[in-house]
Amino acid sequence: MKRIEAIIQPHKLEDAKEALKNIGVDGMTITEVRGHGRQKGHTEVYRGMEYKVDLLPKVKLELVVPDPRADEVVRTLVNAARTGKIGDGKIFVSEVADAIRIRNDDRGDAAL
Amino acid sequence: MKQWTRIIPWLTVLVLSVGVSLAQSLPPDVAKKLDDLDKAAKNAQMAGDNAWMLTSSALVLMMTGPGLALFYGGLVRKKNVLGTMMHSFILMATVSILWAIIGYSLAFGEGNAFFGDLRYLFLRGVGGDPNADYAATIPHQTYMVYQLMFAIITPALISGAFAERMKFSAMLLFMTLWSLIVYFPMAHMVWGKGGLLNAALGGKFPAFDFAGGTVVHITSGVSALVCALYMGKRVDYPSETMRPHSVVLSVIGACLLWVGWFGFNAGSAVAAGSLASSAFIATHFATAAAVLGWMVMEWMIAGKPSVLGAISGAVAGLVAITPASGFVKPMPAILIGVAAGVVCYLMVSKVKQMFGYDDALDAFGVHGIGGTLGALLTGIFATKEVNDLRMGKPMGLIDGDAGQVMNQILAVLISWGLAIVGTLIILKITDAVCGVRVSKDQEMEGLDLTMHGEEGYNFEA
Repeated sequence: MKRIEAIIQPHKLEDAKEALKNIGVDGMTITEVRGHGRQKGHTEVYRGMEYKVDLLPKVKLELVVPDPRADEVVRTLVNAARTGKIGDGKIFVSEVADAIRIRNDDRGDAAL
Repeated sequence: MKQWTRIIPWLTVLVLSVGVSLAQSLPPDVAKKLDDLDKAAKNAQMAGDNAWMLTSSALVLMMTGPGLALFYGGLVRKKNVLGTMMHSFILMATVSILWAIIGYSLAFGEGNAFFGDLRYLFLRGVGGDPNADYAATIPHQTYMVYQLMFAIITPALISGAFAERMKFSAMLLFMTLWSLIVYFPMAHMVWGKGGLLNAALGGKFPAFDFAGGTVVHITSGVSALVCALYMGKRVDYPSETMRPHSVVLSVIGACLLWVGWFGFNAGSAVAAGSLASSAFIATHFATAAAVLGWMVMEWMIAGKPSVLGAISGAVAGLVAITPASGFVKPMPAILIGVAAGVVCYLMVSKVKQMFGYDDALDAFGVHGIGGTLGALLTGIFATKEVNDLRMGKPMGLIDGDAGQVMNQILAVLISWGLAIVGTLIILKITDAVCGVRVSKDQEMEGLDLTMHGEEGYNFEA
């Protein structure tokens, strides 16, 4: 099993969700996060006081899929979330040791 | 309309004298009818004026809560939103009780030139009959409660300067002493019978302050500066991110302030006549002009027209037109508004940075400076065409009386002086009794948790 963690632009969330649904991915977890990579932040001015805002809002999508599906899911996410500009985000893929469905003790791929 | 109001006294005398002379020759029921008619006319006027003044009282209270509470609450960080709103809200209770016990008497009792006597202690003698000196056509009680609303918002304005770092107990003591030592005397000097600066009731140096440029905005704004300097900067100011946590709340607050201010300024006519309309209109146009003045300045200098700038401009305009509202025509009101927008913008965005004091929510830059500007410009633009307080004699500089400008300057100096000295003494006393500032740890954690044991936003709840 692979855990796919994608940090994307918030306005790309709908596209990503739709694309995953189309290839038959059922489950995901979403978190609103803030962060930055190479994309630098912006400056806000309140009554003449300048504030540098370098942590920008992003959405983090997490999903765990059976090994054979990982590449397809990553490709789908890249296509759906890409605008081609700095700030599009990143995807991290890692191994998952096990998965358990709380409702009925299903294990491994059956729990996904 | 004006000619009519002028002949009303003559008409009344005529009717009465005819009534009296006919009373002997006419059957007694006719005399009684005339008498009843006179009473009915008076009651009708009182009903109209009283309706507007009770409404105005409620409007001015709405300026403090939720108006100012939202305006200030949105500008602080979210760990201090409740503490900041509480500064405004708790004064709605504290000052009210103080006012009932002694405040109204000290401000409006006929004492000496500087403060009132104790004739209205515990509101003794303040009842349904009008007090002819202050407002002949509304119950004395209405006048008293209307003035109370001003006494509530004035100290609440100061809280913008010491936001995010003052101890709650110290705030209560400070505000109580400040009302007693600064506000009540200043209100008496300008509006109380026999007060030094009273323009309508025998002041030695009559100053025009229709709704509180000196009494409300200079005293609170200048005291705010003293507080900011005395208490020092917030921890890490200005390096840490101290962005307003919700300009949205501030927009709602500013809009409520704009609406409530009609009660503040137009209500200061203490009647529902044409002077109230004139003040209402001057207030509105000055505010609109100040919004545009601030926005254009910011757009040119900083590059973007911010929403916070636009609403700050509105408050600056409302402040500056306050002393002038019952004395000036619409076009001078627009000039006053533009001046306030431009000057207050430069004050909070440039001058404050130059000196580096931490007037957290710009109570001085907006209220102190806007109030001073308005008080001085009132001396220039006041005209007898709007308010014939001097029975045909010139009012301000545009009427040809340069002397009034001097009186305005004197009133400004007295209010600045009283605010500086009074506030310094009060801060020293408060500091000695309970310490004015929270500990560094408490400040980092936020006033909501450390002072009140609550949080403003419990989204997981």
